[in-house]
Amino acid sequence: MGPVSVAPTEIERPETTEEPVEVPEPDVPWVTVVHNDPVNLMSYVTYVFQAYFGYSKEKAKKLMLDVHHKGRAIVSSGTREEMERDVQAMHGYGLWATLTQDR
Amino acid sequence: MAGHFEPTGDGGAAIALDEVEISILRSLAVQLLELIGPGSEPADPPQPPQDAGSSGTEGGASMEEELAGIEAVSWPPFSEGPSEPPADPVLARLFPDAYGPGPDAAPAEGLEPGSDEAARAKQDRAASAEFRRYTENDLRAHKREAGLAMVRALDGLTPGERGAVLTLTPEQSQQWLGALNDLRLAIGTRLEVSDDSDDELYRLPDTDERKPMVMAYLWLGGLQETLVETLLPGTGD
Repeated sequence: MGPVSVAPTEIERPETTEEPVEVPEPDVPWVTVVHNDPVNLMSYVTYVFQAYFGYSKEKAKKLMLDVHHKGRAIVSSGTREEMERDVQAMHGYGLWATLTQDR
Repeated sequence: MAGHFEPTGDGGAAIALDEVEISILRSLAVQLLELIGPGSEPADPPQPPQDAGSSGTEGGASMEEELAGIEAVSWPPFSEGPSEPPADPVLARLFPDAYGPGPDAAPAEGLEPGSDEAARAKQDRAASAEFRRYTENDLRAHKREAGLAMVRALDGLTPGERGAVLTLTPEQSQQWLGALNDLRLAIGTRLEVSDDSDDELYRLPDTDERKPMVMAYLWLGGLQETLVETLLPGTGD
């Protein structure tokens, strides 16, 4: 089983398809996601979006309906620290929220 | 139990409650406070709770002791919070993970080792643990304060034959709103309320042991709904 001489292989790597890099990019904003919940009242969720984020009634209601119908909605975006603050506040209100980097 | 909150005009809210309603609300709030409790398990519980069946001691003095007991339970200053999610489903709902897919999370065991999903889940777990260490104690204190505000307001009532009118300041309204929501989350989690199970839960026969809790759950929903309405800015704007 001696070494076998082979022709040098060339890995084909078209320049256009780079592997996605898993390192978080600092420039990419983070987002706060609120998840649907069978317990929280629709009026209460709308109220929280108005009271905490200062959103208009229309915007708050639209976000609430997104949460309700789509299962989740992005309610704010910013730095990681800002989103951690928002998530903590949402947990304080009893809403199920998570933060994630918006890729 | 047809009581509902009405705006007082100065940002507060008022509701007429009878003696039974006051006692149910108080009992639920105290149970929630006991569940939220001191947070990370104290090595030495400061005051072992009295016998659960001490229904004969409904006097004012015992209420004070009871409250003092709850308030006395606190963490050493600057201590870190827990890093693991609570085992109790109600507490896990009240204090959810801050990172990860949320309620739709697949069990970590089901992820293929070495896969991107598994790596992501591991990253999320670590970030959630870190977040929990720095925030859960504050969150518990916040929720405990709201529950205590509810108990104190109820204890301030002197119900007559027709019950009593509870009047909340704007600040108390906020605290009650949070406490009512936490109570509904707690009961809803215990009842395993879901978007699908609604029909079944709301048509339980009187003999079903869950029936009283479902009734309480619906009643609390009415209280919270009408309290929210007093706080929402006018629909005209």
